[in-house]
Amino acid sequence: MNILVCISNVPDTTSKINFIENDSNFDTNGVQFIINPNDEFGLTKAVWMKESNQANVTALTVGDSSVEATLRKCLAIGADKAIRIDCPAHDAYSVAKEIEAHCKETKYDLIICGRESIDYNGGLVPGLLAGLLDFNFITNCVKLEIKESKATFSREMSGGTEISECELPLVVGSQKGLVEESDLIIPNMRGIMMARQKPLDVVPAQGINPKTRDKKFSKPEAKSEVKLVKADELDKLIDLLENEAKVI
Amino acid sequence: MSVLVYIESENSKFKKSSYEALCYGRALADSIGKKVCGVVINCSNTENLNSYGADKIININSSDLVDFSSKKYAHALVEIVKSENSKIIILSSSPNSKYLGAHLSGITDSSFVSNVVKLPESSNPFIVKRTCFTNKAFSLTELTSDLKIISITSNSFGIVEKPNNPENETVEIKGISTNQKILDIEKESGTVTIADAEIVVSGGRGLKGPENWEMIESLAETLGAATACSKPVSDMGWRPHSEHVGQTGKPVASNLYIAIGISGAIQHLAGINSSKVKVVINNDPEAPFFKAADYGVVGDAFEIVPSLIKKLKARQ
Ligand SMILES: Cc1cc2nc3c(=O)[nH]c(=O)nc-3n(C[C@H](O)[C@H](O)[C@H](O)COP(=O)(O)OP(=O)(O)OC[C@H]3O[C@@H](n4cnc5c(N)ncnc54)[C@H](O)[C@@H]3O)c2cc1C
Repeated sequence: MNILVCISNVPDTTSKINFIENDSNFDTNGVQFIINPNDEFGLTKAVWMKESNQANVTALTVGDSSVEATLRKCLAIGADKAIRIDCPAHDAYSVAKEIEAHCKETKYDLIICGRESIDYNGGLVPGLLAGLLDFNFITNCVKLEIKESKATFSREMSGGTEISECELPLVVGSQKGLVEESDLIIPNMRGIMMARQKPLDVVPAQGINPKTRDKKFSKPEAKSEVKLVKADELDKLIDLLENEAKVI
Repeated sequence: MSVLVYIESENSKFKKSSYEALCYGRALADSIGKKVCGVVINCSNTENLNSYGADKIININSSDLVDFSSKKYAHALVEIVKSENSKIIILSSSPNSKYLGAHLSGITDSSFVSNVVKLPESSNPFIVKRTCFTNKAFSLTELTSDLKIISITSNSFGIVEKPNNPENETVEIKGISTNQKILDIEKESGTVTIADAEIVVSGGRGLKGPENWEMIESLAETLGAATACSKPVSDMGWRPHSEHVGQTGKPVASNLYIAIGISGAIQHLAGINSSKVKVVINNDPEAPFFKAADYGVVGDAFEIVPSLIKKLKARQ
């Protein structure tokens, strides 16, 4: 079984968010990049499936050479191979189209993407890919089992969990729950050494035009100071919520 | 050409977030001089939608669409996009709508922008304001494809009543299939879900252990709120994962968010910052949450919460 894990290279969760060039671009200066947390749950699951399903795991990122450190980390975690499609990630559409082109050349039974990235939060790439490739699609996936060509999975939905099955090929939007936080694989020395020997292929891009463009960024307005209420004056809190904020 | 709004329902009841999407659609259609058409699936009684300004409501009737399926629903919507010659589709930000929207954009080879918070800045070029970097910033984003799909952040536009007498049409669609099928749905016992809630009551590690959640649940019940928690609380298994909110958990965009025994780490705040009003209860006056909150009480949650419940109950 061939598994593709699509990795988004995102700013660390504690990064300061600033913009440059007249607020048209994200300021990467001093920002540390990590594997998108939702993708990391999916990658760990895929690595487990190397044993349970004799799977081959490829980690793929669309991006310039700066994303290679993140791909090496994926190899250290246990992916067999990494691919970088060589172009900046302009928008979800162009990224999905680039991945689609790769998936037409190399066949995958299962594609795992994070349910959404923590930078642009679109949640688009997995659905776009499924639509473009005409694969089945499940997002917010918290459980996945594959036997031969059949997948059984659970999705977190509003107010519950939905359990479904389908035939492969399938695109999965992964999140916490697919594996637990404590199950995430932290690369050890051996993994890091082995990662250096594993292939990291750079593939030329198709040069797809994006369909969305960020014109200008801005930051939320500074908040006004918190209004403190004394612990023995809770009637005042209720009054403020009722008559000032009008939320209860 | 009309602006299409997909209206989600559960057991023939429409979702509040879909009413908001319809109101947004009405305002958008007005600004560009178009009509707005709401689309429901297997809902014959659409009277409740009449207050929100639709010119037309299409009910897609299909035995193939009894269970939600992003693929089948997307293909059904494509039929309506064609018959209505629509160029804009509006969705809510519910989990199912976002799931559907992403799939639909792939099937139709078009652009989709989620987390939109305002009416478009301009309609030609089509530019919308959306949140990004998990609520730490906004982006003015241009959509350039012919068909444009957007989803609206809950509570960002609000509900604006505009009674109208929409034309009703029923469309029968047959022959949409997929080999993906639902085996079972496990419903949670809690009545209010985080995505639909007006008020969310959230507990953190400051509550010391799962046995102390009774007061959180009781406060939530008193307010008709959903319950949520910080990440370590779900990691330790004190509460289910489905309650984990924040940058790596569920987003919260409620009208009121009450944080109890939560320090206000950047990853937590990122996910809940879209909430309109934030209240923090914490015994450490230096807790970062006080910088992000609108109202705060410094003190012991184990005293404050029971007292607050008592006072709220007395008021009702
Ligand atoms: C990659 C990454 C992603 C993350 N994503 C998320 C996320 O999505 N969501 C999330 O929540 N966190 C997330 N975190 C974790 C985050 O950094 C914090 O560790 C976490 O939010 C802290 O949870 P807490 O506030 O419940 O606990 P603590 O930080 O331990 O805070 C407990 C608070 O309770 C207060 N307290 C103690 N006793 C009482 C009392 N008797 N009465 C009142 N108050 C009391 C304390 O003063 C303290 O402020 C993430 C971290 C990383 C690294």
